[in-house]
Amino acid sequence: MALVSETAELAAPLPGTVAYAEPSMAGAGDYLALMKPRVMSLVVFTALVGMVVAPGHFHPVLAFFALTCIAVGAGAAGALNMWYDADIDAVMTRTAQRPVPAGRVKPGEALAFGLVLAGFSIVFLGLMINVLAAGLLAFTIFFYAVVYTMWLKRWTPQNIVIGGAAGAFPPMIGWAAATGGIGLESILLFLIIFFWTPPHFWALGLLRAGEYARAGVPMLPVVAGVAETRRQMLLYSLVLGPVGVSPWLLGTAGLAYGVVAILGGAAMLALAFQLYRVPEQAMEPVAKRLFGISIVYLFVLFAALLVERALGLQHFGIPFGRVFA
Amino acid sequence: MSLVMDQQPTEPGIVLTAEQKRRRRGRSIAIALALAVFVALIFAVTLVKGPGVMMRPL
Repeated sequence: MALVSETAELAAPLPGTVAYAEPSMAGAGDYLALMKPRVMSLVVFTALVGMVVAPGHFHPVLAFFALTCIAVGAGAAGALNMWYDADIDAVMTRTAQRPVPAGRVKPGEALAFGLVLAGFSIVFLGLMINVLAAGLLAFTIFFYAVVYTMWLKRWTPQNIVIGGAAGAFPPMIGWAAATGGIGLESILLFLIIFFWTPPHFWALGLLRAGEYARAGVPMLPVVAGVAETRRQMLLYSLVLGPVGVSPWLLGTAGLAYGVVAILGGAAMLALAFQLYRVPEQAMEPVAKRLFGISIVYLFVLFAALLVERALGLQHFGIPFGRVFA
Repeated sequence: MSLVMDQQPTEPGIVLTAEQKRRRRGRSIAIALALAVFVALIFAVTLVKGPGVMMRPL
């Protein structure tokens, strides 16, 4: 039997030119940049504090593994954010040289990188540590990449307030990794970062309002104006001070932490008040100072918790005893 | 065999520049290092957890 009929026609030859994919120009450093290493370092630090203040013993190797998963998960969220926000990043001077808008990493590469890292970090945190921590990490990545980046950021001036929850989860994930549960202390650490985020980010928003407006991002200074932004920064700083002190008041941190929290909260409030009162023309240096001090405030506050635990001082000088045992 | 299959490619295909080769090498080394760290971490965790390595408390 003939395999080909005599009347059959051969297919047309393939075209002489074949479209090849453009070779990638991304270096290893570009992929590292996709993970937002500075944000990642803050995430690792706050998650470490969550682990250290958690009750019970957490084996150092398991703690290191959990921290690595949390760091990689944070990096995945950063990569997904850069993939989706490439159009915004391209028109802002602060972000124009990021790997995707600069053309060194293709959007598809950033997306694949983010998804693979997210999958690995969640699955291995769940397999090797516990499912609660993995679930919280998955929710955090989803919240940052989808709820904040794809929805809130381009839709509402409250974007960084609600989206700030994503940055507040790491100590809770650290706590959950160490204990398998969620305790009062981890909720307090969550609240500290949650109420710290608005004055921190709006200080930057005041300095970059023009760029955000050009990029079409409805940051509060762009939508509601400078005066309203400064008023809301003051209000959040008023809440942040007591929330920062609350671990000491409720007996989950010692006197050293309490002193640091009172002084730091007072400094934040004083700067927010100064920013509220200063004329708009003279606002920039105060906003810069508040932005810088806010970073120092959060770092010192969490470092105080670490140092107290290291020195065994967490039960020294508690005003009302342990309110929640 | 058909004429189409006998034809040799007329183009050299993708030819990487020196810079592209350097970056590809950097990426390859980074992937190798990440895999090595990953294997070492899993090994260490397995040693610590022992026979209960796959026990996952909620």
